[in-house]
Amino acid sequence: MSESLWQRLTGDVPRRALLALGGLLLLLLAAPFLLRLAPAGDYWLSLLILVVYFSYIGQAWNIMMGFAGQLSLGHALYLGLGGYVAAALYVNLGIGPWLGVFIAVAAAMLAGGLIGFLGFRFSLAGVYFALLTIAFAEFTRILFDHFTWVGGSGGLFLKVEADGSAFNLQGSPLLFYYVILALAAGAFVLCRFLLTSRLGHYWLAVREDPEAAQAAGIAVLRTKMLAVLISAGLTAVGGVWSAFYYKSLFPEAAFAMGRSIEVTLAPIIGGLGTLFGPILGSALLVGLGDLFTTLAEILANDYGVKAAGLKQIGYGIALLLIVMFRRDGVWPWLARRLGFERRPADDAGEGRP
Amino acid sequence: MSGAHLAVRSIGKRFRGLRAVSDVTFDVPAGAIHALIGPNGAGKTTCFNMIAGVFAPDSGTIALDDRPIAGLRPDQICASGIGRTFQIVKPFMGLTVEDNVTIGALARTRHVPEAREAARRLLRDLGLDDRRAKLAANLTLPDRKRLEVARALATGPRLLLLDEVMAGLRPTETDQMVAFLKDLNARTGITILLIEHVMRAVMALSQHIVVLHHGEKIAEGTPHDVTRDPAVLEVYLGQEDASSPPRSGGGGRRPEGEAT
Repeated sequence: MSESLWQRLTGDVPRRALLALGGLLLLLLAAPFLLRLAPAGDYWLSLLILVVYFSYIGQAWNIMMGFAGQLSLGHALYLGLGGYVAAALYVNLGIGPWLGVFIAVAAAMLAGGLIGFLGFRFSLAGVYFALLTIAFAEFTRILFDHFTWVGGSGGLFLKVEADGSAFNLQGSPLLFYYVILALAAGAFVLCRFLLTSRLGHYWLAVREDPEAAQAAGIAVLRTKMLAVLISAGLTAVGGVWSAFYYKSLFPEAAFAMGRSIEVTLAPIIGGLGTLFGPILGSALLVGLGDLFTTLAEILANDYGVKAAGLKQIGYGIALLLIVMFRRDGVWPWLARRLGFERRPADDAGEGRP
Repeated sequence: MSGAHLAVRSIGKRFRGLRAVSDVTFDVPAGAIHALIGPNGAGKTTCFNMIAGVFAPDSGTIALDDRPIAGLRPDQICASGIGRTFQIVKPFMGLTVEDNVTIGALARTRHVPEAREAARRLLRDLGLDDRRAKLAANLTLPDRKRLEVARALATGPRLLLLDEVMAGLRPTETDQMVAFLKDLNARTGITILLIEHVMRAVMALSQHIVVLHHGEKIAEGTPHDVTRDPAVLEVYLGQEDASSPPRSGGGGRRPEGEAT
């Protein structure tokens, strides 16, 4: 069986979808230079950074929920843990983030492994498993509030250093943009690779029907454990990036419930279990958020209307409408429109029916 | 692929004090086709679930080719050579027909294209070839039953457990399934144990029948003997009651009836 990696990854993908993907990648690579020509280019770049960041962590969360069908509402734990470990190693011990990231990933995988084992070994499913993930994120937050080595509730700060460079992940937004873009592209390829592997097929089987999956020879516990381990590890890398990008960490923000929810939105809006869902979803979310912020500003400045909460309400209604009218997410619908489906005359996607 | 010998010895199972199965013993020799019949609630599916590892028997032993398998997990049972279907079919609804069977075939190879190739062969054999790109959720019930059989076979079993795969099929579809299973058995020598209410299929397929009632084995033998066994007739047709006039034939459930 000689099958090249390229063939394996692109085998049943329509040519036009591949070309579009290549075009998107080129566009994203050139984006900072194109945005420089636009007015307020720095602002647009900061939005684009958010889009890519949320698509990366959305991709990581999607492995658990979209592929393996395990609902985690505590991914802030892995983000926060990853960020805290790498930042504390750097601030307290002088260990750089490129080395620290490995320890951060190990820590998050340990936490994910513990949660996964407790949940899956004792057959917690659905919302009960989700509650377990929330509980772990919450008590890690409380733990870090009192953990003085990392600053406790007062927070942990990364100083802007004179000799800051890419080696200690300090620099301009441009650096952070390309780092997160590389991560997102890597995660995209990795997810595609996993989906074409035996493990990927096993995840889908477990998602669809664990009992039938087990009867078909699948070690369900191990399959779920691999999903949570890989997802936690990838998420922790995003946490490290985020900590060094924002340069400050507070337990109540790093492990916040809201942060966990934020992780889940892009893949849900974009399409659970699809590779493009998290990307499209985060573009929509960041775009909508900015739209309503701008609207609120215009109302306040030009018309003197102080519409407090307009942003949140508008954002909420927009999400509601998307979820109501595109229950499987926007991507499966858009993919059909664009003719990007795997096989023509086929009602299958990689997502849910 | 060849058949394996299943030896079930005095297995028993209680659910909260209710005796679902007690002291059931039977053999399915390598390459044979046997049937497990009995009224609803007789403990047939409980027996299946113990053989397939869904739960361990409280007592007794189960062996496949002399290797004890009682108490193993379902995936370990599958790896040891037993494939099963579910009474209430459980296809992976959101996946394509081909992916459903490919997943089964991955039990034997970790190479996905190889598994896909094996899946396509099986789908051709079962006449599902033209539906392989469909989602399992969009299949009709008879096709879902065929898909269950294909997925179970894809795992490369030496013993196939079929839990009411004929229920809900039309007579012609039943005959097709019977022909397929007979041919499969003749070609590969695979051992088959089926739970079935459709007597048309039981009579056409099985060389030997085990009858369960209230969790106990009340008879076993050839189809000819079993259908004439007084204990079996009593279970299916009801006990002759001296105080009431003899039935004129239409009252009880006959083994020949296609119970649903």
